[in-house]
Amino acid sequence: MSVTNRPFILFCGLGLMIALVFFKLGTAFSLRMLAEATCYAILALGLTIQWGYAGLFNAGIMGFVAIGGFMSVLLTYPLNEKFWQSDSPSALGTVGLYIFAAIILVYGASQLHRIGVPRKLKNLITAIVFGISYLVVITALNPVAANIEATAGFIGGFGLPVWVGWAAGGAVAGIIAYFVGHICLGLRSDYLAIATLGIAEIIKAVLKNADWLTHGTLTVSPLPWPVPTPNDIGFIAARASYLAVTSIMIVIIYVALTRAYNAPWGRMMRAIRDNEISSASMGKNVNKRRLEIFILGSVLMGIGGATLISFSRIFDPSGFLPLNHTFLVWVMMILGGAGNNLGAIFGALFVYIIWTMSEPVTLFLFESFATWGKDIFGWEIPTDLAARALQMRVFIIGLTITLVLRYAPSGVLPEKIAKHD
Amino acid sequence: MALIKATGLHGGYGAMNILNGVDMEIEEGEIGVIVGANGAGKSTTLKALFGLLNVTEGEIIFKGETITNMQPDKLVRRGMAFVPQEYNIFPSLTVQENLEMGAFVRKDDFTHLIDQMYGYFPDLAGKRDQPAGELSGGQRQMVAMSRALMIEPSLLLLDEPTAGLSPLYMNEIFDRIIAINKSGVGILMVEQNAKQALGIAHKGFVLANGTNRFTDTGTNLLNDPEVAKSFLGG
Amino acid sequence: MNEFIFFINKVVISGSVIGSIYAMGAIGVTLVFAILRFAHFAHGDLMTLGAFFSYILVVLFPEAGSFIGLPTGFVMLPIAMALTAIVAILLDRSFYRPLRQNNVKPVVMVMASIGVTLMIQGLIRVFAGPSSRNFFFAERKDIFRIELPFELASRKIVVTEPQLLLFVFITVAVISLHLFLTRSRLGKAMRAMSDNPDLSRVSGINTTMVVWTTWIIAGSLAAAAGTLLSLDVTLKPDLSFNILLPIFAAAIVGGVGHPYGAIAGGFVVGFAETLSVFNWAIFLRPFRDSLPDWIDLPNKLAFVPTEYKITVPFVILVVILIWRPTGIFKGQVL
Repeated sequence: MSVTNRPFILFCGLGLMIALVFFKLGTAFSLRMLAEATCYAILALGLTIQWGYAGLFNAGIMGFVAIGGFMSVLLTYPLNEKFWQSDSPSALGTVGLYIFAAIILVYGASQLHRIGVPRKLKNLITAIVFGISYLVVITALNPVAANIEATAGFIGGFGLPVWVGWAAGGAVAGIIAYFVGHICLGLRSDYLAIATLGIAEIIKAVLKNADWLTHGTLTVSPLPWPVPTPNDIGFIAARASYLAVTSIMIVIIYVALTRAYNAPWGRMMRAIRDNEISSASMGKNVNKRRLEIFILGSVLMGIGGATLISFSRIFDPSGFLPLNHTFLVWVMMILGGAGNNLGAIFGALFVYIIWTMSEPVTLFLFESFATWGKDIFGWEIPTDLAARALQMRVFIIGLTITLVLRYAPSGVLPEKIAKHD
Repeated sequence: MALIKATGLHGGYGAMNILNGVDMEIEEGEIGVIVGANGAGKSTTLKALFGLLNVTEGEIIFKGETITNMQPDKLVRRGMAFVPQEYNIFPSLTVQENLEMGAFVRKDDFTHLIDQMYGYFPDLAGKRDQPAGELSGGQRQMVAMSRALMIEPSLLLLDEPTAGLSPLYMNEIFDRIIAINKSGVGILMVEQNAKQALGIAHKGFVLANGTNRFTDTGTNLLNDPEVAKSFLGG
Repeated sequence: MNEFIFFINKVVISGSVIGSIYAMGAIGVTLVFAILRFAHFAHGDLMTLGAFFSYILVVLFPEAGSFIGLPTGFVMLPIAMALTAIVAILLDRSFYRPLRQNNVKPVVMVMASIGVTLMIQGLIRVFAGPSSRNFFFAERKDIFRIELPFELASRKIVVTEPQLLLFVFITVAVISLHLFLTRSRLGKAMRAMSDNPDLSRVSGINTTMVVWTTWIIAGSLAAAAGTLLSLDVTLKPDLSFNILLPIFAAAIVGGVGHPYGAIAGGFVVGFAETLSVFNWAIFLRPFRDSLPDWIDLPNKLAFVPTEYKITVPFVILVVILIWRPTGIFKGQVL
């Protein structure tokens, strides 16, 4: 099998697999699976540029997904009349002013050295000002938040078009990536992994517990779609339209990324990844370039997360499992071939189909095994067998990662290494 | 029988060949000095002898045994020691601990050897409990050499032992090298300071472009007008 | 006075407990970092695994503790530590060493360790399910209530037996580790390899043996930390989840590759957590009556609500990365 034919053959195989699913499990189910798989493909594209183009380790994909999804909920969910009719918006506005004042104070304190305050004293003053303003802000916010939760549930959304929400999801993910990247990109690569893992945990903690803002574990649904929803036109038509939207997005992203990859910008990225020291000595600002790509990848993850969560029609922060879902995307990307956009798309579709199909298969295997054990040895079947069986899939993700890293580090569709010498 | 004999060495890093046929031979208890311009393959030759880079062609015989591409830890057990040019000490370990690490492969009692090292380098005796990273450049070089000598090697490979040192320390290091050699240790060293090094050398090897340009006794090379013109700065 | 005792119970004791646990985890992470040069993400799950080994042993021999008069979980600890150390070595041989031999970048090792962590997590939950377990199902957890000889102090200082055992254990462990690293040949070789891996090889140091030793120390400390934490509270299959970030923060605060720094870092992070979720309003209450009416004392005055505790190690991590990425003790590898 020659390398040029390989994508064609692999995608044909994938097509056969999809056809089989359609045939066996029906159109509505298969469309749902494909729509979700395409959302994951956007995530995998975001990751393949971070890791494949620039060698950046993002262990917090789920955080960017969650924040993208949340922004989309905040902007596109219908207005909560109860909230807007109460006096909470003005109270919240007051807290906003407090925050604004606090930011100005802290910034002012951090600039004290300009008027001759010694640096150590300045740092101390800044820390104290920060501590006090932080305490003031949270003591002001707490009663307002409690009041919103008591009277209105949560603040609801702004009822804007879905597109705006998705774009905002990408933008906020990008802003967070800017701060994380700014701190970590000059340091060892491991630190970025630790920091992104941390930021994902924190985003999850906030989304889960700030009930006044996100409705927390009470969840928000139904989320609006950019296309007519199943309630209007039925499952098949609605899901097919959604799939069309995500597919068009993938095509646009793919074309843009492929052009960027072959443009001078992409060449420079690869040069930096392959030889950081010599690129730096040629006067390239390695960390700035890396920051750009980290932000770009995270924006894609924010958008992908927004599409994924919009599609599920329910926003449930406790459903995000940082490590497990993050590494499902990682498996997609490294199996497909890091740095190869087509590989990322292939990996996402393929792995997601396997992932979805593995649920009934695992359950079936475990149940037959348990019944067999019961018949022969008189085992007592645990009541939570189903929940346990699904954990087996976590094991499989882990095993796949380690095996791919060891035996096929460049994936099924390896990056085509352009010769530039 | 030669202590070490290398014939026709080829090798380098990755696809890039640096050595294109180097020959090297010294007898037991001799000092051999490798000189040459930058990039001639001097340090690379030492690394090839010590199994630190892949030799693609040629043969190395050490004490009658073929050791081509043998791993460093095995060579240490056979009595060959290597002092790299840079990063040649354990900075957070004390001087004493650095010496103990040099003797890691020894199972016997080696306290007398440590005392012997402090005899060679009296400067170190007073600093035995100080982290080696806090010492001056010359003292670090002494720690590095003592560490290598802890296995009582029959061949000591030195990669530019005087690089970056003040003239005072340079002379001291040269004196020590002669003293170590007098105790029966064969020495093969790469040296920038070619005149002084060839002055103490039994054998000299002038390398250019990864191959031997001149090979003779140290004195003969020093007196060879052609060598003097092109390599010793007139 | 009672407020002060409340502070001792909630901050001093809790902080020391969680600080000791973080310290033991961080020592392992930092040693793996020093010798193998990658952030070992599977460390949290190695702790969970060790705790499960202890639990299984307790279930198998529930009577063992009563002979000695200590909790069975603690008596079984040495065996669990040995088992976890063996698992750690096996994991290294089957997953990390092959990659190391291919000379991959450190970040690929990080990823492999995440693969390993998912595998351990999956296996534990397949066999143990998602529910919590209590080590003290067959015996009683001793709780010591210490009265203070002051008139105003009606509350008591509360320490449990597992907590005391934890303090004893970490003291012994730290002293033995110190002696090992400074006195033994192998311990010095570990420090040497952390200082300069190339020179270690050139000196003939047996690097395989050093790597094994590293995993033995890291694995057995992880098992001890996991078990002692579970003895103090309960054994949860997702124990690693809340502990991974704090131990990385602790290792980085202390300077990666620096075992003493990791111990200090563990306590810094542990106390920072308990101090920031502590309700400081308690200390203001005695003055409530003497304050003018217009000052309204909040009931709750904690820096961070308990549900956001995970932000504390992260904030510490970010501050240290900005302010001094080498950590307070100047780590060797960055």
